[in-house]
Amino acid sequence: MTELIETAKNTLLAPGGLDVRDLDAVFGKLITPSVDYADLYFQYTRQESWMLEEGTVKSGSHNIEQGVGVRAISGEKSGLAYSDEILLPALSDAASAARAITRQGGDNPVHAISWSDGRAPRLYLAEDPLLSLNDTDKVKLLERVEQEARRQDPRVKEVIASLAGVHEVILIARNDGTLAADIRPLVRLNVTVIAEHNGRREQGSTGGGGRVRYDYFTDELALGYAREAVRQALVNLEAQDPPAGTMTVVLGPGWPGILLHEAIGHGLEGDFNRKGTSAFAGRIGELVASPACTVVDDGTMPNRRGSLSVDDEGNPAQHTVLIENGVLKTYMQDAMNARLMGMAPTGNGRRESFAHLPMPRMTNTYMMAGDMDPQEIIASVDKGLYAVNFGGGQVDITSGKFVFSASEAYMIDNGKLGHAVKGATLIGNGPDVLTRVTMVGNDLELDPGVGTCGKEGQSVPVGVGQPTLRIDGLTVGGVQV
Amino acid sequence: MGATEEINDQASSQQLIDVTQQALDEAKRHGASDADAAVSRSQGFSVTVRLGDVETVEYNRDKSLVVNVYFGHRTGSASTSDFASHAVSDTVRAACSIAKYTAEDECSGLADRDRLAKHILELDLDHPWELTLEGAIDLARDCEGRARGFDERITNSEGASVSTHRGTEAYANTHGFAGLVTGTRHSVSCAVIGEQDGLMQRDFWYSAARDRVDLESPTHVGETAARRTLRRLGARQITTREAPVLFEAPIASSLLSHFLAAARGSSLYRKASFLLDQLDQPVFPSFVRIHEQPHLPKAVGSASFDNEGVATENRDLVTGGVLRGYVLDSYSARKLGMQTTGNAGGVRNLTIEPGALDLAGLVNDMDTGLLVTELIGFGVNVVTGDYSRGAAGFWVEGGEIQYPVEEITIAGNLRAMFQHIAQVGNDVDVRGNVRCGSILLDKLTIAGA
Repeated sequence: MTELIETAKNTLLAPGGLDVRDLDAVFGKLITPSVDYADLYFQYTRQESWMLEEGTVKSGSHNIEQGVGVRAISGEKSGLAYSDEILLPALSDAASAARAITRQGGDNPVHAISWSDGRAPRLYLAEDPLLSLNDTDKVKLLERVEQEARRQDPRVKEVIASLAGVHEVILIARNDGTLAADIRPLVRLNVTVIAEHNGRREQGSTGGGGRVRYDYFTDELALGYAREAVRQALVNLEAQDPPAGTMTVVLGPGWPGILLHEAIGHGLEGDFNRKGTSAFAGRIGELVASPACTVVDDGTMPNRRGSLSVDDEGNPAQHTVLIENGVLKTYMQDAMNARLMGMAPTGNGRRESFAHLPMPRMTNTYMMAGDMDPQEIIASVDKGLYAVNFGGGQVDITSGKFVFSASEAYMIDNGKLGHAVKGATLIGNGPDVLTRVTMVGNDLELDPGVGTCGKEGQSVPVGVGQPTLRIDGLTVGGVQV
Repeated sequence: MGATEEINDQASSQQLIDVTQQALDEAKRHGASDADAAVSRSQGFSVTVRLGDVETVEYNRDKSLVVNVYFGHRTGSASTSDFASHAVSDTVRAACSIAKYTAEDECSGLADRDRLAKHILELDLDHPWELTLEGAIDLARDCEGRARGFDERITNSEGASVSTHRGTEAYANTHGFAGLVTGTRHSVSCAVIGEQDGLMQRDFWYSAARDRVDLESPTHVGETAARRTLRRLGARQITTREAPVLFEAPIASSLLSHFLAAARGSSLYRKASFLLDQLDQPVFPSFVRIHEQPHLPKAVGSASFDNEGVATENRDLVTGGVLRGYVLDSYSARKLGMQTTGNAGGVRNLTIEPGALDLAGLVNDMDTGLLVTELIGFGVNVVTGDYSRGAAGFWVEGGEIQYPVEEITIAGNLRAMFQHIAQVGNDVDVRGNVRCGSILLDKLTIAGA
């Protein structure tokens, strides 16, 4: 990591004439006897987006943001102040403000901190993805995607395609002397298609990406997104009203893993469990899922959207088993909640930016494969719903009730797939939905790299995944009684 | 560090104007035919108290510059948080570079000159709160203390927060428009958890206003949060059925937000709206009026010009149930062959005309049905109007609340749902940009057990 740390220092500290030694004085202002943890989070972000509609790329935008967040923790108290100027006076002001939680004034003698470089495996290229393709080729890529979508079917009326990239450099300095850095690329390509037939209009939408260069979007992959968006829109043109009521639901592999993210993922974040506000609080060691279910949060997968070499507190990301054979094993932790609960950090401390406080957040959350053939799972259902594509979801972690919205689904009749039905929201109870998983497929898939998770107003990129699952009893929010 | 420090003085406002001017000058120097620049700066803090003790103190200080450049009908956009002269130059250069690659679009460009605001109205938006950190902590403590002490079934808390912010925004373009507005926003909120038979429920309440004298008292906020949590204890699922559904005011505004999403120019020119070709058609029952009041003193959404400098004005979107106008900025208006409605950046204090009954009156009028107090999820399709969301609330019979309900969905199609509006309440929620009373729909599908 030492090389990364040098790059991060050059990007973040050097322009303001700062050196790591200068941070000693900032910590001198920040640390009082009752502060038990403090960190500085330096961040530089450059991002761009290009959007095509009506056949041409008509708009593009570019954004640069940088700053430093200064945080002090005393017991259960957190103080945060930040500045978009990475200069010593601004850092000192922010340090004085952040320690206000301890209500102790005055300057402490400056101690020389013994700085040492943190260690973490590299999971993605440390380069600026915006430079990985020239602007002309970015525009051409979107144009090819558009043409491929239009070529599929005359019913395609509108195609909207967008390409976005983020280059982020972060440097974390902790009061224990740890320095950590990360350079995080993130790219994404999205396609939305509207198809029209006999006056009816329907939409299909797909995309993908990860912590990679733009050349990840080969024609095979990018044009595949276009064809998939068209396929979804055409399926929806034929879709009938969805049923309403509780029934057996089979979820397809991959992106439907948003079920896990909402139903149990948020409920297993350390902050809610330390405070006792989660329906899962105090339940480690209990059976919370069918024995066929093993669920992990894995931030160590190379190049994935939800992955992190180090989290936003400088701790290496981990592969954490949350539920093993149905038994709740552990929670996801950041530094503060881990310390207060007497547990180890799990590399899940994340923040949207320097202007936000870190919290325990998911990375890539998925269920391990079982041994059932997905076709057999569908064939086992007399009457039910097969849902393969989803929009967003949400959870009330206290009552445990969660929703996620299907965007492509089919009726199952006598073990066979029937007609398509329009999207409907599915609602369930997180603490018991996995106990009703009766079959787990052998077809684990991860989502294509489009997930963004929101919590307390902060957005971070995440991944989800699962094999085909049969759930006996989930409420389908359709209109047909 | 007070919320109002630094942005109070004229010199600071002048600095924002200077940043916009530098950006416009540089754009011209790079050969742009037109440009605009929007600058904002805000400052404030928020505290959260949980279980009687301080949990978080956050100081906010944000700023941003967004520049759009036009080379004829080609456009590029760039933004930065750095107001240093070299950073402004780099940002303009980045915008100009993007414009080299974007295609000609004859609809792009600044707002027409004759639509730009000529007067900046005094809308009474700036009410700084000389609140100290200690003062804020005390208020939050009072708020949470009242909630926790309200009933022994309140067993836990997510805390109470008090925040105060003040911000200034400046907008200028090469048609000679320059405007600047400063405003404040303060809030008190509380969320607590109740427990009964080993099961927990959470609910919250908040008050928000530009002037602290318009805030509900912290103890009132705390007590309301506690009441709202307690009434949810013992919630159960109901069976699948069709029934009247009453949306409580704080969430009824979401129905108007879906209306707006469909009436917005960008949805219409993409033909991605269930309100396509509905202008001058009956979209709501004939008693419904929906209008915009951008000049209400002290209101959250008030502004005398929109994000393109276009003068805002009072206007009707729906009268007699008929759709009279869309929500357009200059670009989407040109795409549709229409005129901007002064809605770059959104609507301003959108209001649905209240009816005669309060919430209790509407519950009584519904007689039997579902009162919805919380909605979760994103199951709304603006292209088709298909609607399906998770809900929690209360089952009503004989005009009275019987028991709390959860783990259900409500579903329909927004076009039909709008037509099924039977009543609009007079219990208007004025905390947000959409001012709306409770809304009663005479029929919707409820999915449950």
